[in-house]
Amino acid sequence: MITLEGVTKTYRMGKLEVAALQGVDLHVGRGEFVAIMGASGSGKSTLMNIVGCLDVPTGGRYLLDGTDVAKFDDDQLAVIRNRKIGFVFQSFNLIPRTSALHNVEMPLVYAGERGRTERAREALGSVGLADRVHHQPTELSGGQQQRAAIARALVTNPAILLADEPTGNLDSVSSVEIMRLLANLNAEQGRTVVLITHEQDIARFAKRVVELRDGRIVRDERSAA
Amino acid sequence: MNLFEALRIAGNGLLANRLRSALTTLGILIGVTAVILLVAVGNGASVQINNQVQSLGANVIYVYPSNARGTGGVSQGFGSGQTLTQADVDAINNRQQAPDVVAAIPIAQSGGQITYGNQNYFAPTTGTTPAFPTVRNYQLAEGSFFTDDDVNARHRVVVLGQTVVDNLFGSTDPIGQTIKISKQSFRVVGVFASKGGSGLGSQDNVVVAPITTVWAYLTGGRGKIISQIVASASSPSVVTQAETEITTILLQRHQIADPTQADFQLQSQQDILTQANSIATALTLVLGAIAGISLVVGGIGIMNIMLVTVTERTREIGIRKAIGARRRDILIQFLIEAMVLSGLGGALGIAVGALLANQAPNIPAIASSNFPTPVVSAPSVVLAFCVSVAIGLFFGIYPANRAARLHPIEALRYE
Ligand SMILES: Nc1ncnc2c1ncn2[C@@H]1O[C@H](COP(=O)(O)OP(=O)(O)OP(=O)(O)O)[C@@H](O)[C@H]1O
Ligand SMILES: [Mg+2]
Repeated sequence: MITLEGVTKTYRMGKLEVAALQGVDLHVGRGEFVAIMGASGSGKSTLMNIVGCLDVPTGGRYLLDGTDVAKFDDDQLAVIRNRKIGFVFQSFNLIPRTSALHNVEMPLVYAGERGRTERAREALGSVGLADRVHHQPTELSGGQQQRAAIARALVTNPAILLADEPTGNLDSVSSVEIMRLLANLNAEQGRTVVLITHEQDIARFAKRVVELRDGRIVRDERSAA
Repeated sequence: MNLFEALRIAGNGLLANRLRSALTTLGILIGVTAVILLVAVGNGASVQINNQVQSLGANVIYVYPSNARGTGGVSQGFGSGQTLTQADVDAINNRQQAPDVVAAIPIAQSGGQITYGNQNYFAPTTGTTPAFPTVRNYQLAEGSFFTDDDVNARHRVVVLGQTVVDNLFGSTDPIGQTIKISKQSFRVVGVFASKGGSGLGSQDNVVVAPITTVWAYLTGGRGKIISQIVASASSPSVVTQAETEITTILLQRHQIADPTQADFQLQSQQDILTQANSIATALTLVLGAIAGISLVVGGIGIMNIMLVTVTERTREIGIRKAIGARRRDILIQFLIEAMVLSGLGGALGIAVGALLANQAPNIPAIASSNFPTPVVSAPSVVLAFCVSVAIGLFFGIYPANRAARLHPIEALRYE
């Protein structure tokens, strides 16, 4: 469902050009759980942003469900993000001064769907936050915030979950909780999960590990699960 | 995204910075208050002018002498010429020739010091005929108006307006008293009921005497000058017909073939009303425009704050875009924020403006002066509200568009 063919991404900073991705070929099928690893600056986040339709490649092709995203405009990409993709960020990225419930409802608001409150409550319940729906982000622990963010990523029922270092700001106990949650979503609901991490321990939850170095894939292994 | 959601999100954003939102709203509030108040004063002036003009008598037509540009080479008049005569008045009073005219009266004006005992007062003295109260719509409060006999015999009798009575007599009953106008003695035979209205051109500041008497004793032997003829049509709908009849009679009597060469001019009460209204409207517009400038200043304040807000919330915008907000979702969110700010300022401004306008007559300094009572009209309220919302829209577009165009990645990275 995710196919990258010779994808490059070059950032231009004045006269300086930074080649963040230098020809990435990658296929991720439905229901896979992939961990992307690599040193800092190797292009992991850049790759994730392209896969998540937050950014477009400079060169090469990105096919999502068989369609080249290059032909979509900004608003069409927004709709794809809304329907097909759920994001989980390292820094949680909940909207401040807004309750967990309203945060989780937000993707449904943009989708223009009905029954938002019930669905948001349900999503929060599924990540174990049923008793925290009216808490604002500042009133939640890091692990809880990240679980709320996962609920928000899930609420539109997307096929793909993208997580950029979701445990980077969490202690080991919370990290394991979050990873169990993601692994369950993959195993029980068949969602495709792409995860970025630095840590071997975290990558172990995934069924496949892709390693980037200087914008190229240098390792692609499936663990015998 | 529906309106309710948009309003809730906008409300959240505004409540996050209460003081800032309140101060921004204040800018619009002051502007709208100024607009409402000044337009109310303009409206009040308009009502005042209308009442005054209306009290001059309904259906009234004025005939003035004008410079005759006689084609025959002989100039018949000069300045406010003496082209109108008693015979003209009589002709207009002929029902056969002017069926739509109820009555016509000649007017001769004279100034002069008026004294009673040791009281002094200045008022114009009007010389006319007994149809004056009918044509000019005056009621007698006391005594009676002078008669044809008084006119024929040049009796020195006068009828006074209420203002003149108040200034000369105090509590004394004026009927039967003798006053002096330009040192000539006159007997007071009647007093007009007050027509209300005040200030310049008040209808109560009048002294009326037989025209023959004025000619004989007050205009200093300058002849039988008629400064204007006042006629009254039988109803407002026939004023135009009555004007045509009068014009025909006078052109014929003055032997003028070409109406553009006429040595007289007609003006109806409606003309004056139209003129007065256009002046009042212009006044209202000028006042409103001056106040409008402060609204623009308020609008710039909104733009400024919205730019700050968009910058502060760049990251939030990035999050919203990541989870599926389209450009127009972001655009609408910030536009609504701007419009809520300005609309709230507008609503409060209307309330404050209306309150001040209502309380104005209770302020002693205003009550005792001739200042018009402010009139807050429904259209001005609706307009002020719409304009204030529109200001939010106008000044909100640039910041909102900036927000909507942010790149999601750059917005998410923003610290
Ligand atoms: N907006 C940008 N403008 C310029 N250069 C950028 C931009 N974003 C990323 N880069 C560069 O692209 C390269 C890859 O960055 P990326 O964020 O993908 O790394 P990463 O693998 O996610 O690193 P980390 O593990 O530290 O998050 C880096 O050299 C970075 O400096
Ligand atoms: Mg990164």
